Amino acid sequence: MANKSILKTKKEDYNIVIAGTGGQGVITLLQVLAEAALIEGKDIKTSELHGLSQRGGSVEVHVRFGERIYSPLVMRGKADLVIGLETQEVLRALDYAGPQTVFLVNKYFVPIPLEKKMTEGEIVDNLKKISGKAELIPASDICQESLGTSVVAGIYLICLAANKDFIPLKPESIKDAIKKVIPQKYLELNLKTFELAKQK
Amino acid sequence: MDELLVNDPGKKVILMGNDAIVRGALESGVQFVATYPGTPASEIGNDFYRISKEANVIFEFSTNEKVAMEVAAGSSFSGLKTLVAMKNFGLNVASDPLLPFIYTGSKGPTVIFIADDPSCHSSAQSEENTRAFSYLGHIPTLEPADAKECKEFTKIAFDLSEKFQIPVMVRTTTRVAHQKMPMVLGEYKKNSSLARGEFVKDANRFVTLPPRVLGMKTELIEKIKKMQLAFEKSNLNFIDRGSSKATEKRGIIASGVAYLYVKEALKELGLDLPILKVGTFYPLPEKKIQSFIKGLKNILVAEELEPYLEKEVARLAKDANCKLEIHGKDLLPEVGELRPEYVTLALAKFLGKKYVLPRIKTKLAVPKRFPQLCPGCPYWLVFGGVKKATEGKNVIYGGDIGCYMLAGMPPHFLQDYLSCMGSSIGIGHGIKRATGQKLVSFIGDGTFFHAGIPALINTVYNQSNPLIIILENEITAMTGHQPHPGALGAKVEIKIEDVVTACGVKNLKIIDPVQQQEFIAAIDEFLEKPEVSVIIARHPCKFVKKV
Ligand SMILES: Cc1ncc(C[n+]2csc(CCOP(=O)(O)OP(=O)(O)O)c2C)c(N)n1
Repeated sequence: MANKSILKTKKEDYNIVIAGTGGQGVITLLQVLAEAALIEGKDIKTSELHGLSQRGGSVEVHVRFGERIYSPLVMRGKADLVIGLETQEVLRALDYAGPQTVFLVNKYFVPIPLEKKMTEGEIVDNLKKISGKAELIPASDICQESLGTSVVAGIYLICLAANKDFIPLKPESIKDAIKKVIPQKYLELNLKTFELAKQK
Repeated sequence: MDELLVNDPGKKVILMGNDAIVRGALESGVQFVATYPGTPASEIGNDFYRISKEANVIFEFSTNEKVAMEVAAGSSFSGLKTLVAMKNFGLNVASDPLLPFIYTGSKGPTVIFIADDPSCHSSAQSEENTRAFSYLGHIPTLEPADAKECKEFTKIAFDLSEKFQIPVMVRTTTRVAHQKMPMVLGEYKKNSSLARGEFVKDANRFVTLPPRVLGMKTELIEKIKKMQLAFEKSNLNFIDRGSSKATEKRGIIASGVAYLYVKEALKELGLDLPILKVGTFYPLPEKKIQSFIKGLKNILVAEELEPYLEKEVARLAKDANCKLEIHGKDLLPEVGELRPEYVTLALAKFLGKKYVLPRIKTKLAVPKRFPQLCPGCPYWLVFGGVKKATEGKNVIYGGDIGCYMLAGMPPHFLQDYLSCMGSSIGIGHGIKRATGQKLVSFIGDGTFFHAGIPALINTVYNQSNPLIIILENEITAMTGHQPHPGALGAKVEIKIEDVVTACGVKNLKIIDPVQQQEFIAAIDEFLEKPEVSVIIARHPCKFVKKV
């Protein structure tokens, strides 16, 4: 996927929206991205929600960095990167998307009770209509196979995004941020995830 | 060591608004903290719960916010530097002691943190705008816009409280309290030991009784006038001209996170206008506002929720610039939080510019994903049992505040009314007396201690016969698993059955809902009783740490 050109011509702000379901660890991803941006000397604002929204419902966090950042929320249509930790949840973040948006979508379904499951094909086709830059990645499966757990699927996706140059941050900064943010107990697993994402 | 406790002045760290408040309070030398959990304020209490021992800060989760406010007043009267924190609804509960506390003033500097939740992301009962309390109680009120200001304003608030001997309120909203950004740490000197205050008797100061109370009100109004003078000069209220021309006839007044959206919107529209950023909602820097609007032709007031600031500007314009064209809620929503695109659109209209919001067309709409009880939550068994026992009996189900609010969502549908903490019992009693219909209400153990007990006593005393199910999961689950007086491992565990019995309830059973047969039989039996009945459904939340 040709993407370098997009980033190089970008304005200075970089806007990320991560959508998922409660318990998928979106706030950890927010922290890793924010710390990585701090390592690179950027200004940062993020927004997250706590409380009822975390009880298995939909969750969405915003991470913005650049020269000088004001709003903690990404403006409608201005997301550069939308990550869906769950395949259907990415659709809730479409308000933030525009022709510049890169979509990275985990191939992972948390069924919505009583509703017919949408196919990933339908979803990705729709995303492609928006920007042409949508990738469905079986991050949960890859992590489960290689690392024995899928809890790091989100970390895998942001590492992958940095490696593919979808996020204007050095992969090494992400790695250093992981070391800062992730508790000792899970650090090794997360660093392995970082390496795993490098191979792709 | 906890990141909030490092003494490394000049170090740049990323903190969330609430954590920045805690750090600011530590840098100010806070000695006493009383709080009650509630999103989006909870992390303030959680942080202190975690660090208070190491930081030598006296800390408590009080039983409810009214008590927390009273405890804070007691600490302040005894000379300690005091912090009290709660969510907006908490201040409703705490408003009774709050108003006299503002009259007596503080002795130990005191800061009250209140978090509003526009759009009700984590608030069931109303979309409250706490700024109305500032008027009601003459409460000096600061409004930070970002996480960095959370830290700075906290320190300033302690200084103001010390100087003017009055509690100062810092009001945040979800997008400020749960916003992260980089900031520089200041000097932090850890308390060498727990503080020991002294209460020095002074009835003239601490006893609010007429006629003295009216004297206190007069003194309070004097204090507010002095603070107002200070706020005229303070850079808590500043004018941000950007690169706008001195001859510019259009301006913006903004407070809280709306200021950030204005800055973003101006960037989006590619222009600059002078902005007066108001950081002291009460008392307002009236002169500063008047001098700002004097030469202007039109102004946009950007604030979240009700247009309090806009009304003040309209009032001030009468003298300063009666021809001023004032915009605000004609262009911005009064219900729900602001977002950068709303402000951009409003600003474009204000300037007569064309701006079209980007809109994506897609055929796929995702159905709502309702929050769920955790797998293994005991409430699954409680709701299942109640459903079985009451099927076809035309029972009214009373809801209350906690994880068990999910009773109202699919697949349970067991919630016919819901209001504020503790109200399931009071409203249930009212319905019973008004109708005689069968009624089962749910109340969590935390909520029972918070506000359920007086209502239970009332139900016994004024004699109605609801069935009250107390969900004893040993924790305040919804707000992030804080302890409460009945929680396992509490220093002195207060047994709910003892309280219920002491309230005069005769029909009482304690059942683990795992015992479904027994649970269902008890509901069947109690629904027919002529007096109030209580079932304590006892089974710990799966997040309760075994002690
Ligand atoms: C006056 C007030 N204070 C705080 C809150 C925030 N709050 C929402 S749920 C809840 C906890 C209820 O705990 P509990 O009754 O034990 O129920 P659980 O969540 O454990 O099921 C609190 C404190 C509120 N809604 N109103």
